[in-house]
Amino acid sequence: MGMTIAEKIIARAAKMESVKANDICTVELDYLMSNDGTTHITVDKYNSLKHPRIADVSKLVWIIDHNLPCDSVKTAASHKKMRDFARANGIKFYEGEGVCHQVMMENHVRPGQLIFGADSHTCAYGALGAFGTGVGNTDYLYAMVTGTSWVLVPETLRFNLHGQLPEGVYARDLILTIIGQISASGATYKAMEFGGEGLKTLDMAARMSICNLCVEAGAKTALMEVDEITMDYLKEHGREPAAVFAPDEDAVYSEVYDIDLSSIKPIVAKPHFVDNVCDAKDAAGIHIDEAFLGSCNNGRIEDLRVGAEIIKGRKVNPGVRFLVVPASRAVYEQAMKEGLMEIFMEAGAIVMNPNCSVCWGSCQGVIGEGETLISTGTRNFKGRAGHRESFVYLASAATVTASAIMGEIATADMIK
Amino acid sequence: MGNIFRFYKDVDTDQIIASQYIIFPTIDEMKGHTFESLDPQFAEKVKPGDFVVADVNFGCGSSREQAPSVLKALGVKAVIAKSFARIFYRNSINIGLPVLICKDLYDNVEAGDEMDVNFEEGTITAGGKTFTCTKLPENLQAILDQGGLIASLDKED
Repeated sequence: MGMTIAEKIIARAAKMESVKANDICTVELDYLMSNDGTTHITVDKYNSLKHPRIADVSKLVWIIDHNLPCDSVKTAASHKKMRDFARANGIKFYEGEGVCHQVMMENHVRPGQLIFGADSHTCAYGALGAFGTGVGNTDYLYAMVTGTSWVLVPETLRFNLHGQLPEGVYARDLILTIIGQISASGATYKAMEFGGEGLKTLDMAARMSICNLCVEAGAKTALMEVDEITMDYLKEHGREPAAVFAPDEDAVYSEVYDIDLSSIKPIVAKPHFVDNVCDAKDAAGIHIDEAFLGSCNNGRIEDLRVGAEIIKGRKVNPGVRFLVVPASRAVYEQAMKEGLMEIFMEAGAIVMNPNCSVCWGSCQGVIGEGETLISTGTRNFKGRAGHRESFVYLASAATVTASAIMGEIATADMIK
Repeated sequence: MGNIFRFYKDVDTDQIIASQYIIFPTIDEMKGHTFESLDPQFAEKVKPGDFVVADVNFGCGSSREQAPSVLKALGVKAVIAKSFARIFYRNSINIGLPVLICKDLYDNVEAGDEMDVNFEEGTITAGGKTFTCTKLPENLQAILDQGGLIASLDKED
């Protein structure tokens, strides 16, 4: 029986010739990523083990990105615990370099790998053909101590992409459309596998944006077929694949979807659920107090270019705080070279250091009672960006930037 | 017997414990903020032995293990839902918080009702009726029975 990409990666990690959906396998992990949202708890749990030990420290990557710079004494204590432990144990450690998933993509992830991240958006690594999945502290700790874990081999939903996105429509619009179609639980326990000739029209930034958001449909992981675009990205970042897996022709899928990219339109996800989507035009005119361009979903150079092109020569609406937050130091430096930061600054945006920012509602930029945010972040859950009685709309970099100019939800073509 | 706290569908882990609290140093410092956005008095009202009952896709969103951890720390005896999001489900079992899939309970109970669980039988009694839960796969039941995944690490040499 043929295998999907997810099945092939798990078979490799389990050192088995083949596996099939719903098998339970013991696997060896290639990387274990953890960030400051939860690592302090992992350290406490580690220290309370009877026999604390690390199986292979070279697989651990720890990244401070969620509350950076530190916002309170309590956070400082949690950061210090994480930082001290990383240094004492020789764990690869990043602080100030960017949002964890972007840092992993720029520096570590290779096709064919199986990676646990103590963060749900670890599924982003599928853009490079790696099986990334989110876990909690205990799963993380178990894998850190033993180097292994167990996984249930997921069934796979296959998405065949056809054609090309229209101008002014982005990967964010595509994945929000898909999540709206299959619902917030439509891929629970499953892998979402993307391929087809339409994939070749999507650059690496677009692919990361798509895979990153798949957990919002409940997916265990997202995976894209490896092609020249993947290989170019790896080459540019000085890495090679661990293994390149294509799905077999007779691979078994629980569902197959054919998506015509040319039919996709600008979309927003309305409060308080990511699958609560509508055409951005139907949300036009809704007052906003803040706009956020950044995050592991849309804080890459390609997204900043989109925003800068729209806002160049224009001003942020006086009633709006427009936060621009590059996803990594590398993105920030590139944006400076291209003059994008100057454009944002001249327009009146608040340009911040690479971090998770208001995407997770515990860092700078939180919104108050009754306020509305339009965001390229990952989630719009109730209270996600601050006060429990506040509102978050999710949209593409273009729609967010256009809205920042207008002071209300707007698509880019509405300001031209 | 315990009382039911009843929540709707797609309850995400941000509602169980919001982002601004999960970076607090310990679970004990976080637990007073459990379900703050949906029921600000939840942490004061809930008693050890009470139950959380929900519709589909309970625990979606973030991978924060703090979500099942605060429920456990407040003494919630089990979470019963029509279905669970993947990471919350796995995290709960890993820390030894029983999570039961029961298709019929949610639509037949109200908040505040009394109920009880027979874990061995996989049954729930509430309002004079008995409801059957889906059995856990063997490997997960084994983790739960030993009190969570860490126990297996402490058993090894």
